Amino acid sequence: MEVLFRLKKSPLAMVGLLVVILLVVVALFANVLAPYSYSKQHLTHMFEGPSKNFLLGTDEFGRDILSRLIYGARISLMVGFIAVSIALLAGGVLGAISGYYGGWIDNAIMRVMDVLLSIPQTLLAIAIAASLGPGLFNLMIAVGVSSMPQYARIVRSSVLSIRGMEFIEAAHAVGSSDMRIIFKHILPNSMAPIIVQATLGVAFAILNAAGLSFIGLGIQPPYPEWGAMLSGGRQYIRDYPHLTLYPGLAIMITILALNFLGDGLRDALDPKLKR
Amino acid sequence: MKPTAKNDRIPAPEERLLLEIRDLVIHYETDDGTVHAVENLDLRLRRGETLGFVGETGAGKTTTALGIMRLIPSPPGVIKSGKILFEGEDLLEKSEAEMRAIRGDKIAMIFQDPMTSLNPVMTMGKQIAEVVRLHRKVSEKEALAIAGDMLELVGIPRERIHEYPHQFSGGMKQRVVIAIALVCDPSLLIADEPTTALDVTIQAQVLNLMKKLKQQFSASMILITHDMGIVADICDTVAIMYAGRVVEYADKASLFTCPVHPYTVGLFDSVPDLEDDKEELNVIPGLMPDPMDLPQGCTFHPRCRFAVETCRLEKPAMREVAPGHFVACPVRAKMLREHPEQNAGNEGEN
Amino acid sequence: MKTTHEATPYIDVRGLKKYFSTKRGTLHAVDDVDLFINRGETLGLVGESGCGKSTLGRCLIRLLEPTAGEIRVNAEDGKGTDITGLGKAKMKEMRKKLQIVFQDPYASLNPRLPVWELIAEPLRVNSFCKSKEDMQKRIRYLMDVVGLAERLENTYPHELDGGRRQRIGVARALALEPEFIVLDEPVSALDVCIQAQILNLLHRLQKEFSYTYLFISHDLSVVKHVSDRIAVMYLGKIVETGEYRELFRKPLHPYTQALLSAIPVAKLNVAREQILLEGDVPSPVNPPPGCRFMPRCHYAQDICSRELPKLREHEPQHFVACHFTGNLQPKTK
Repeated sequence: MEVLFRLKKSPLAMVGLLVVILLVVVALFANVLAPYSYSKQHLTHMFEGPSKNFLLGTDEFGRDILSRLIYGARISLMVGFIAVSIALLAGGVLGAISGYYGGWIDNAIMRVMDVLLSIPQTLLAIAIAASLGPGLFNLMIAVGVSSMPQYARIVRSSVLSIRGMEFIEAAHAVGSSDMRIIFKHILPNSMAPIIVQATLGVAFAILNAAGLSFIGLGIQPPYPEWGAMLSGGRQYIRDYPHLTLYPGLAIMITILALNFLGDGLRDALDPKLKR
Repeated sequence: MKPTAKNDRIPAPEERLLLEIRDLVIHYETDDGTVHAVENLDLRLRRGETLGFVGETGAGKTTTALGIMRLIPSPPGVIKSGKILFEGEDLLEKSEAEMRAIRGDKIAMIFQDPMTSLNPVMTMGKQIAEVVRLHRKVSEKEALAIAGDMLELVGIPRERIHEYPHQFSGGMKQRVVIAIALVCDPSLLIADEPTTALDVTIQAQVLNLMKKLKQQFSASMILITHDMGIVADICDTVAIMYAGRVVEYADKASLFTCPVHPYTVGLFDSVPDLEDDKEELNVIPGLMPDPMDLPQGCTFHPRCRFAVETCRLEKPAMREVAPGHFVACPVRAKMLREHPEQNAGNEGEN
Repeated sequence: MKTTHEATPYIDVRGLKKYFSTKRGTLHAVDDVDLFINRGETLGLVGESGCGKSTLGRCLIRLLEPTAGEIRVNAEDGKGTDITGLGKAKMKEMRKKLQIVFQDPYASLNPRLPVWELIAEPLRVNSFCKSKEDMQKRIRYLMDVVGLAERLENTYPHELDGGRRQRIGVARALALEPEFIVLDEPVSALDVCIQAQILNLLHRLQKEFSYTYLFISHDLSVVKHVSDRIAVMYLGKIVETGEYRELFRKPLHPYTQALLSAIPVAKLNVAREQILLEGDVPSPVNPPPGCRFMPRCHYAQDICSRELPKLREHEPQHFVACHFTGNLQPKTK
C-alpha cells in the first residue's frame, strides 16, 4: 500500500511500527515465550536481581518479572485495543449520526459529548471504574467510555467535511439510502484522522489502564498488569529498584512506539504532504 | 495592433527587447520521476507589447512565469539551464536579494485566484502600501495616499483603503490585485489567467480596465490564458505552448488568420464558434502527454494527423514561415511553402 | 405563463421556488420559475454565479427539496406525475429516469472506489441487474459507450485525468437507462481540447438514446453549441428564453444583451457594441420588490423598481421578462 511506502520515510515511525509488531507477537505467543507462569512463586528466590534463571529478576513473591512482563503485554495491549474499539464504535456511530443529520440530533449528541469532555479523562475513567468495581472488563469499559467523546468529535468533523462533496450528492442521485451513504461512502473516506487518533488512543488507553491499576482499580492481583506491577514495586524501590524499573520501561517503550507510529501515520496519510 | 511607442524613431529590434528567454529548462524532481515542465523554451517580448501565452493545463505556462520571477519552489523544482534576459541582464544569475528588489518593482505578477492572492487580515490600503514601501523611500502616510490613488485608478473609491478583502467582491478583489501589481510602475507585468475565476460580465469589466491601464502605464505584459477570445481582445503577439515548449509564435493577426501548428489549429477548432452551427467539433484525439514520460521526437506527434516518420525521431526547431511567424513543425512549414495560398486554419473538411 | 408548444412537454415546471434561510435573511436561490423542456431536446440554462442555475438543476431531480412549486414529468401518453409530492419509494423509482452529471470531475467520484464500482453503484442500489455477469456486462457496455477502455476497470479516479473522470460520471448517469439528464457545467472544469471531446460524446449519446438534457453552463459559446433552446437566469429568475439561434441573433432582455456582448470572441476585429455592466453581481438574499436586474440596467425606469416583470411571449417561442421589451429607452437620470 502506498501508505506503507510513505511511512517508510520516517525512521522513527518505522521503529515504532516494528516495536508494536514485536509486542503483538509477544502478546500472542506469551505462553510459548514466557519461561514461567506469571503467578508461579519461587519463595526461595525473592527479590533477586537479574540472573541466568530469571533474566529480569524476581519480585516480592519470587515471581519471574520477565514472564510477568510478557503476560502483561497481552493484558496491556488487549486493554488498549478493546478500550479504543469501544470508544471508536460508540463515539464513531454517534459522531457519524450527528454529522450526517445535523439539526437537533447533532445538538443533543454533541452537548452530551461536551459534558463528558469537560471532565478530565483520567478522572472520568476513575469515576466509572470505581462505580463499576474492579476487574479487567470494567477497566476496559471505563477507559473506553472516557475516551468516547474525542472519537465522536473527530468522526463528526470528518463526516461534515465529506457530506457536502459532490460524490455524496451523486450517491443520493442514484437512490442510495442514508445508511449506505454513511457506511459505504462517508466513513471509508474519513479513515485517516480516525486511524491516527486510534493509534495514539491505544497508547493513552494503556497509560490510563496502568494508572487505574496503580491506584488499585482495574486489574487485581495476581494478574500481571504493568501498572499494577509498578504499584506493587513502589514500596521496595529503594532496595530493589528493578521491580519498578522494568515495568516502567515496558510502559515507556510501548507508549513511545505507539506515538511515533501515530505521528508517522498522520504524516503518511496527509494528502497535502504528498511529494 | 501595437500601442503607440513613446519615441519617434523606431528602435533597432534588439534594443526594444524587454525580455528574452533562451533555451529555458525547468524540471521538478519528485519521488515518482522527473517532471519535464519546461523544455528548451524560447520567448521574446518587446517593450510595450502584450504577449498572449496560451496553452492548456500542464503545458508549463505558470512554471515559466514563476521561472522568470525565480519563484520556482525548490525543492522539487530546478532551473536546469537557460538564460532569462530582462533589460539585458540575466535574471538567473542574480542573487536572491537582487531578485527581491526586482519583484514588485520592475516585474510584477498577478495570480489567478483573487480569493487567495490577498491577505485576509490586512486592509487593502496596507497591502498596496506594503509594496510601495518595499521599493520606495516613502513614509507610511505617503504610501497610504499612493494606495488611495491606485484604488481610484482601478475604479474603487479611495475611502475603501481601510476595508478588508472579504468586504470586496471577486471582481473588485482582482482590481486591487492589479493595483498592487502596478503601483511601482513595473516594466513587465505577468498576469496568470487573471480573469478565469471571474464571471463573464465581471471579466469584461476587468479586461477593459487592463486595456485602459496598459495604455496609461505602457507596461509590457505576458498574459497567460487558455481563452483565444481574450487573446484576440487584448494581446499583440501570441505564443502557443504545448508540453513544455513553445510550438508557435506570431503576432496576433498572423496567428488568427493562419494558424499553422496542428495543435494551434486544434485549439481553435475545439472552441465552439458563435457564428457556426456545427454538429460536432473537430477534436484532437488523446490527451496531453505525461510530463514525466514525454514522447520521443515532437511531443505532439502521437496526436497529430500530419505526423510523418521524422516527427517521431527529431525534435522540431522553430522555423519562420512568414515574417515574424514561427512554428515548430517542419511538416506544416513545408506544406505552407508549397501551397502558400492554402489557408491552414480555415480548412472546411475533417 | 402561456406556453405555445405543440405536444405536452416532457418536463413542466410551474412556480418553482427554493429558498434558504441564512443568518442575513432569506436567500431566494430559485424564485418562482416556470419552464418546460420538450422530449429529446436540450435546454441550455445560462447565468453567472449566484443566479441559481445549479440549484434549479438539482431541484428538478429533487436532489434539493423545492420550497414550493410543481415539477411535472409527463410520459408519452400524456399522463404526468408531479414529482414534488412523491414519497420515498416512488421517488426512488422515478430517479431511474432522472439523472445528473456533476461539474467537478474530482469531487464527484468517491476516491476510494475503482471505476467499475463507481459505475456499479446505481445498478446495485436499484437491483438493476439480475446477476453478477449481467452487471459486469452492463458495466463494460457503459464504459464502451462513453469511450473508456476496458483495462481501466480497476483504476482509481486519482489515476485518471479530468476528461476520463467526467466520462465515468457520464457512464454512471447512463447506468439506469434514464430519460432526462441534468448536466451541471459538465465541461467547465476541463481543458478546451478535452471539453470538445466530451461535448461530442454528449451529442452522440443524445442522438443514439434520445436523451433530454438540461445543460447548465456559464459559458455561452458552449451553450449555444449544444442547446436547442436557451433560458437565461438572473438572481433566481428566468429573464429570457428562446430558440438558440434567435436568442443570439436578437437578445431582448438587457441582461442577455450585456451577457452576449461580454463574451470574448476568438476572432479579429470583431465590431461589437460592448455593453459594460456596472457594479457586481448582487446577492440573492432579500431581493428588492421590483425587477431584479434594475440596479445594473441601463434602461431602468420607475416602474422597474416597483413591479416585477412577468415572463411574456414577445415573439413566437421567445419569452422575455421586461417591462420595456422591444422598446428600451436609456435611463433618464
